[in-house]
Amino acid sequence: METSGMVRQPGVRQDAGWAGAPYPVVSVDAAGAVRGLNAAARSLFPAAEAGGTLADACSGWLAEAHGGLAGGATGPVSGLVGDRSFEAHPVGHDDGAVTWWLVEDTDARLARAALRLERERTAVLSEVSSRLLTSLNPERCMQVTAELAAGHLADAAWVIAPGGRRDHPVTRCVRGAEAVHERLAIDPTEVAGLAEALQGFPPVPSRWIEPSSAPSWLLPDGFGEVGSIVVTPLPGHGVPAGALVLLRRTEQRAFSDDEEVFARLFAARAGAAMSAARLFAQQVSITDTLMRELLPPKLHQVDGVEFAGRYRPSLDSERVGGDFYDVHPAAERTAAGAGESLVVLGDVCGKGLEAAVLTGKVRTTLHALLPMASDHRWMLTLLNNALLNTHDTRFVTVVLGSVARVGNEVRLRLTSGGHLPPLVVRTTGEVQEVPAHGTLIGVLPEIEAATAEVVLGPGDTCLLYTDGITEAVGGPLGGEMFGEERLHATLADCAGMPADAVAEHVHMVAAQWIGGGSHDDIALLAITAPRGRHLTSVGGHGRGRHTA
Amino acid sequence: MTAVPRAVDARDCAGWLWDAVVAGDEHRATEVVLAAVADGLDTEAVLLDVIGAVQRRVGAEWAANRLTVAQEHAATAINDRVIAALTASSTAPGPRRGRITVACVDGEWHALPARLLAEVLKLRGFHVDYLGAQVPVPHLITHLHSTGPDAVALSGSLATRLPTAHATITACQATGVPVLVGGGAFGADGRYARLLGADFWAPDARTAGDRLAGGPLPRPRGGHQPIDDLPHLNDQEYTMVSRTRGQLVKAAYTGLEARFPVMGRYTEQQREHTAEDLAHIVDFLAAALYTDDDELFTGFLHWTSGVLDARGVPSRFLPPALTLLGAELRDFPRATRILRRAHDQSTRAPGPAERPEHEPGPAA
Repeated sequence: METSGMVRQPGVRQDAGWAGAPYPVVSVDAAGAVRGLNAAARSLFPAAEAGGTLADACSGWLAEAHGGLAGGATGPVSGLVGDRSFEAHPVGHDDGAVTWWLVEDTDARLARAALRLERERTAVLSEVSSRLLTSLNPERCMQVTAELAAGHLADAAWVIAPGGRRDHPVTRCVRGAEAVHERLAIDPTEVAGLAEALQGFPPVPSRWIEPSSAPSWLLPDGFGEVGSIVVTPLPGHGVPAGALVLLRRTEQRAFSDDEEVFARLFAARAGAAMSAARLFAQQVSITDTLMRELLPPKLHQVDGVEFAGRYRPSLDSERVGGDFYDVHPAAERTAAGAGESLVVLGDVCGKGLEAAVLTGKVRTTLHALLPMASDHRWMLTLLNNALLNTHDTRFVTVVLGSVARVGNEVRLRLTSGGHLPPLVVRTTGEVQEVPAHGTLIGVLPEIEAATAEVVLGPGDTCLLYTDGITEAVGGPLGGEMFGEERLHATLADCAGMPADAVAEHVHMVAAQWIGGGSHDDIALLAITAPRGRHLTSVGGHGRGRHTA
Repeated sequence: MTAVPRAVDARDCAGWLWDAVVAGDEHRATEVVLAAVADGLDTEAVLLDVIGAVQRRVGAEWAANRLTVAQEHAATAINDRVIAALTASSTAPGPRRGRITVACVDGEWHALPARLLAEVLKLRGFHVDYLGAQVPVPHLITHLHSTGPDAVALSGSLATRLPTAHATITACQATGVPVLVGGGAFGADGRYARLLGADFWAPDARTAGDRLAGGPLPRPRGGHQPIDDLPHLNDQEYTMVSRTRGQLVKAAYTGLEARFPVMGRYTEQQREHTAEDLAHIVDFLAAALYTDDDELFTGFLHWTSGVLDARGVPSRFLPPALTLLGAELRDFPRATRILRRAHDQSTRAPGPAERPEHEPGPAA
């Protein structure tokens, strides 16, 4: 009865062919004694002789496998002979003897091991790359670098960035723990090789240093004894990216070849990521500084009069565009009453940064012309002259508004330089167009401009807006212009509302009209006269208490 | 002028604040809130149980047609300034916890819930960057790179903004920043938050505050692609429906006109409202296709018929509108399935009006 899956060769005892077979063959009898070996087997097991036991003559694993056959084990087994490895295939015979055929798989095994190692390394490197690529935040990049280094290269890692004179941004991470970021007043010259690594140039190799020479700050609390420390520069892209300091508990003084290759790749990627993050941070800081003057201002109440603005550039990727507004608050209240605040809203032809740069010039010019604000026409004439004298051929449309609080009313003087007429919504819901007309600014040597006067009663609102609202294309059916009529109707709904709510409501209705479509720059500015009720409030809690 | 009532019951305070807000009386609204704090109500409770409660009521009143959208904006503007006065008067502790960015999904117009969360987190000692509504994704991402926060808290009330929310969530996570989401858009049970791969869903501001105070959210691992969350987008139905929105609305409108002669006598404004209603239906259909969740659409229709009833608009045009859209989209199996299911439900007797999570109107 067959108890195993061995291949049985009925009747075959010994045949002359196997003696010269290219594979080692060992024939073993039912009792486990070696009955014979072929030439290949004899050279593999020089000590083996017929009659000896399989364990003594050959190898333990083969003897064990042979013993296992009686228990029903089947199939080939693998094992080492010296530093070679073999797969042993049993072929059973009727008398209980077994012939073991050994097939060498040393190369395949080594190849598989190398492949596995390579796959692991690739997986780690790809994780390293994707994690390093996620953030352009320098601090976060240092954190990721320290965590990855502590996870794959050492028991603890420091990432030290080039710093100011006093201190350096540093991140440290002990394997298994969270990375800690701080600014530390350290002296890089205390660690051999660190100062050079932080300079980034000339290139220096990694440097193993004596742990006993390391300054105490380099040893994390509770880390235990440090076996070895290596300082590795992080190559940047033309800028120094920083240095990596690795701490190991073992005294192993060098990386193995594999580790060396990995450490270099890691340092190259970490350095590239960190220098990119530093460059990005620098660019953001520069952009923010330059942009500050171009962004629309935050508006506040002035003398109880509410001002509220809304702004959306046509391009989502930009924060500024060709529309602009400003409110220049009146000077201090004098005995003659409050002065006039000057409101400006306009549109430079064109979009994007280039238009935004011109809005900056226009806003600065108008700011400088504030002393002439009592004479809008004169102000616009000077602006026109200023624009004609620049190389820029763009033109501008603008509305100037002088706002004065008189009792519980607000007097408005509005002048248009080729801009859309301001609208007024009364508390009754009536919407009026203010007849302020004039020519474009920056085209002709002479300009025309007519000033209109409007009085806002308590709760009335005047809305200045750009054509980004009226020319917004969209609607439920698509492709339709928002138009002035809809703007009037929208504004009529805003009777008696605070300036901020008016601006928000008009902006929302227009934006929802646009939906997901493209649009022009949008700017809105609402001026609302204080509601009467506030004037009557008494007891020191009157209007203006919460003005910003 | 009357004295400010003295009380520390948040519900009473919410009642007085409601009266002041509806009257457009910012001054009195501020007094109610400051008095509540003076009388011992803690600032977080004032933010969430007084101002938050009023804002939720604003949304409910809008749905019941007792407030117009414009009045809702007026109420929100006052609440906004009440919050400013409240937080100016209270002393928040210095930042001793992590840094959190609070923003709305782009296209979201209900910024107040995010503002309330921002204030709550400040009170709890977080360093908060409140970006508000109307933040395009590129700005948000630049902000994340330059500030490196521990988490983004993203607020959304409109289910139609879920595709944008998804793009925002994955973009934030791609920068290594975990995303906590909240608001009606993500479903009453947070199902869309999970679907879109958010790192945490908070049903309210307190839960969000508790979670963040309990320790940082784990950093998202890289390699997550938006399409992994929603393999059904392969069929392109969402893309086709959202791209042909205008044509679909036009076709449905024309079909309805042929069927209901009364529409021929509609004023320009009535026409536009009808077209807007149809556009809304298409938007929600698109969102249902995006999430592959039929209930998103049926829930919206159930709610919208209630809103239309409140406005005296007959909701009897809904089933034929669904049929007309179904005819336009007959080649799209998922859209067909969703429209058929919605049609079956809308022709059945409507149940008691309940507020589904995906309301198109204001929500606090």
